[in-house]
Amino acid sequence: MTAVAAVVDVASQPGALGLLSPLYWLLDVWSWVMSQLYHATGLGMLQPKYAFMHRALLVGLCIGVMAPLIGTFLVHRQLALIGDALAHTAFAGVAVGLFLNAVLEIGVSPYLTAVVVAVIAALFIELISEVTDAYNDVSMAIVLSTGFALGTTLISLNAGGLAVGIDQYLFGNLSTVSRENAAILIVLFAVIVGTVALTRNQLLYVTFDETAAAVSGIPVNWYNRVMVMLTALVVVGAMQIMGVILVAAMLVVPVASAAQVSRSFSESLLVSVVLAELAVVLGIGVSYYGGATAGGVIVLVAVSIYVATVAVGKLQTAMGEDATPEVGSVDASGSEPTTD
Amino acid sequence: MTAVATLQGVTFGYTSAPVVEDVSLSVDAGEYVAVVGPNGSGKSTLLKLLLGLERPEAGSARLFGEPSQSFDDGERIGFVAQHASAATAMPITVREVVSMGRYAHVGFGRLGDDDYAIVDRALDTVGMTAFADRRITALSGGQRQRAFIARALASEADLLVLDEPTVGVDVESVDAFYDLLDDLHAEGITVVLVEHDLGAVTNHAERVVCVNRTVYFDGPADEFVESDALARAFGTVAVGGESR
Repeated sequence: MTAVAAVVDVASQPGALGLLSPLYWLLDVWSWVMSQLYHATGLGMLQPKYAFMHRALLVGLCIGVMAPLIGTFLVHRQLALIGDALAHTAFAGVAVGLFLNAVLEIGVSPYLTAVVVAVIAALFIELISEVTDAYNDVSMAIVLSTGFALGTTLISLNAGGLAVGIDQYLFGNLSTVSRENAAILIVLFAVIVGTVALTRNQLLYVTFDETAAAVSGIPVNWYNRVMVMLTALVVVGAMQIMGVILVAAMLVVPVASAAQVSRSFSESLLVSVVLAELAVVLGIGVSYYGGATAGGVIVLVAVSIYVATVAVGKLQTAMGEDATPEVGSVDASGSEPTTD
Repeated sequence: MTAVATLQGVTFGYTSAPVVEDVSLSVDAGEYVAVVGPNGSGKSTLLKLLLGLERPEAGSARLFGEPSQSFDDGERIGFVAQHASAATAMPITVREVVSMGRYAHVGFGRLGDDDYAIVDRALDTVGMTAFADRRITALSGGQRQRAFIARALASEADLLVLDEPTVGVDVESVDAFYDLLDDLHAEGITVVLVEHDLGAVTNHAERVVCVNRTVYFDGPADEFVESDALARAFGTVAVGGESR
């Protein structure tokens, strides 16, 4: 049982990440809220002694917001697979972190090195696409394979103790969400949500119509770079629970579901977040009580939701076909001046 | 008359063979200019150079007196591309698309009541008010192009640039579309249009620029009909025909 094993919680090490201490306080508050929720509801997975579950839930809820938020902009540019490519390079980043820790005997979090390596890979993919004028599935496949190959090679180089812990990165693990990693995720969450909130207009314009966006004065290349970097951050953040192999699903599946049932872009953003949260909460719940891997269950729930939305979407179209409004007449010189 | 857009001795090619060679062109405020030419004649490329989306290998491109490449006063230009260029499966309403025309004005801010009023007026102008909350993918080609025109109008641009806007649009809608352009031009908006439909061009535009790598004709539309520029330009398709 992963849940029981994880009660032996890894105490967060003080050191380079002392800056995260205000976030530890936040985590304590969250844990207290969850304990109160346990006393109110009696849900076993919220027991005060399972602090790791409280953290895992928080991390899951954050993933449920940031993954579809970024995924929406990726999916509608036919970039659904970039998440996969970056996840595999993030795996290389994890391996680099583990390697450095073993060789230099320092205590850097593998998730931090994963952030660095994934962001570099993201910019590399973006630069390739700028030079060749298109996102190229071949170059993305090469980056993906290179990342994974580098990861496995580094890990095998200093095998022994390290190979044991690699499953948690490949498949994700609720019980290994340490205080440190949860704090890192909160930082990533703030950066991602803040950036999207600030540049929502620009990202939407670039996603929908890159040429018109460029004509309207938006520096398209910079926004594309920002977008892939944010993707790298989401992937690393979500990797803790989802694992390298399934993390991209959270970027894509809830977004695809939302596109089936939404009419407007703002609606689709909201719906994708709601559906992702649903998948995360149900998935974590089922995996706790059923003793299954959370990442896998979350994705299965998300895909079930997708199938349901496809059916709902078809039903909506079938019912909404009858009312087609008349096209209004063209009236450029009409009552109100359109330009001045 | 002030020049809205100028190209001076511009040469450009995607490979070593130039698609556009030594083209000079000046569009004044209030003009209605149509750029015509056979497929692969470089007319869309000309537009990209004009808008600063490509950098000339030789010569210079200017918008409102500034080099096109560094021109960033996006609110002065409305751009309408072939409708196929926009993401097609995306859930987004007509109103949201038209609102993009206000983005250059608000920057990182949110749209205000004034902006939404302008968006509503633009929708009304193109007769799309009833479709404002429709998903753009649920529209016909003609309706979609009207939405894109409305986006350009919402930006309150002085210069409207259209790249083959009627490709894939049904015949009836094409007529309505050109009537709309006529009205907008009558209001004082400068129109630059790349078009393959020569009939529409000669009926509506004031000035025609016929290109095939170089400029074959540049003058009033009625003179273009009588000239032999068309035959000459279209007779040499093979020269620049391998790329756009």
